[in-house]
Amino acid sequence: MKIIVAIKQVPERDAQVRINAEAKWIEESGLQYALNESDAYALEEALQLKEKHGGEVVVLTAGPERVGPTIREALAKGADRAIYIDCADLGSRDALGVAKLLAAAVKPENPDLILTGLQSDDLGLGQTGVILAELLGLPHSSLILHVEKTDTGLTVKRELEEGWFRTIELPLPAVLTIQSGGNKLRYATLMGIKRAKTKEVRTVTATELAVDSTPVAVLERVTLPQKQKSTQILPGNPKEAAAALVEKLKFEARVL
Amino acid sequence: MSDIWVVVEERDGRVSRISWEAVSAGQKLAALTGLAVNAVVIGAQTEALASEVAAKALGKVVRVEHPLLAAYTADGFTLALQQFIEAEKPDYVVFPHTYQVRDYAPKLAARLGQVLIGDVTGFGEGPVFVRQLMQGRLNGSYRHSGNGPCFVSVQAGAFRADEVQLGTAAVSAFTPAIEPAQIRTKPSERFRGAAQTVDLGSAQLIVGVGRGIKDPANIPIAQELATALGAELGASRPICDNGWLPMERQIGSSGQTISPKLYLAVGISGAIQHLVGIKGSQCVVAINKDPDAPIFEVADYGIVGDLMEIVPALTEALKAAKQ
Repeated sequence: MKIIVAIKQVPERDAQVRINAEAKWIEESGLQYALNESDAYALEEALQLKEKHGGEVVVLTAGPERVGPTIREALAKGADRAIYIDCADLGSRDALGVAKLLAAAVKPENPDLILTGLQSDDLGLGQTGVILAELLGLPHSSLILHVEKTDTGLTVKRELEEGWFRTIELPLPAVLTIQSGGNKLRYATLMGIKRAKTKEVRTVTATELAVDSTPVAVLERVTLPQKQKSTQILPGNPKEAAAALVEKLKFEARVL
Repeated sequence: MSDIWVVVEERDGRVSRISWEAVSAGQKLAALTGLAVNAVVIGAQTEALASEVAAKALGKVVRVEHPLLAAYTADGFTLALQQFIEAEKPDYVVFPHTYQVRDYAPKLAARLGQVLIGDVTGFGEGPVFVRQLMQGRLNGSYRHSGNGPCFVSVQAGAFRADEVQLGTAAVSAFTPAIEPAQIRTKPSERFRGAAQTVDLGSAQLIVGVGRGIKDPANIPIAQELATALGAELGASRPICDNGWLPMERQIGSSGQTISPKLYLAVGISGAIQHLVGIKGSQCVVAINKDPDAPIFEVADYGIVGDLMEIVPALTEALKAAKQ
């Protein structure tokens, strides 16, 4: 099976984010970046499918130059090669615009399966994989925890709300968006890191892919959320704060 | 025709709660824009659902009905609503932000050259639609530009189901053209995961553990706090994903929804998937090292600092208070 995994580099989870001067996005200088969590699960699923059924795992990502280490990380974990869409203005494109870039890069590859994480930890749109399927004319299923290859295609386990699941059969080629938690993530081995350096990374520019970049859904302004409740922050050292909290819970909130 | 259409979903044969919230959002959007608001129900048999919706202040209720819509498929729902939207030419289409909508609404929007503004928590003049960014740390205001309908899905709990205006709406039918071969996926009946032996839904006191706990070896300090409090222990998704606590203790949209007297969130930053599960909590306490963590937006009390020091201190203080 030839599997393409679309991944995204996002700010590290614990990063302190500040709104930029134009209030259009976050201040990117000094930020640490990492592989998006559910994309890591998509990559893991792809690697396991390859181990079972053979084939090739190709990672695909778009973004500015800083995404390089994230591509290397995916190659170190076991992906065979990478396609990098050099796109400095990724952040100003909407989900359709990004999916158009990915679709243009995927098409000549003719993969059997395309995997991606269910959503990114920065924008949290959760749409790119679903739109990619539509643009490529492929069936899809989202929020997938388990993938099994059958004679006719795939059987997948889709997560529903409140602890429910559904099994879905679909033919190949197909697109799946992977939910986190379905597998245990692997770490890159020293050997993997070494080998990653020699693996192919093919660069294609967004300009070469020639897709429309005008957003339909325009992010106009980024603001700090308004607090829904006024939180009483209890000061002092841990012991003082803990004692003050117990007092509050007993006599003010009356929940103890 | 230029209207607002709300797509209503069912849950166990009735209109789901979040669908009523979407109707409420649609009515508020109608008040803001001066447009009429209608609803659409979709399925193989929609009569009961349609009559439930028709008792609200809506212009029209349309039953999009076809035998091939009996079970949800992205292909079937997209085709049916695509045809309906092409016929009606609405200005806005409002969805509840459910796992089902997430599966097909982006596809439907893309097919019509549009982009869903998903998981919206509010809107204002313009209209601009507000949704969360960076795991709830920031808000983004989005505007729909260009021609064609604006697709919006509303987050669970963002609008109030009990504010839906009552009225009477005329019900009509729309029959989409769908061929069996156009539906490429085959869904089974839904099923439950592991046996739900832990009922967090009715627990009055709950301690929730999140990523901030750092290591499975630290879980016992949260367990000791729960024991001192007489509380159940729950967790955010990453803790269960990592197998540090069983899945049946997961709190949030994919786990259990809780409504305790007291919810004590330990090392939980407050991703939206978690926050929707704790909305019913009477009193929320957050212990977190990051004063900007979104959990503090919903917390009544907070302690900012290292949970490895604060949690044991709190356990001791609770034990002392009991004596």
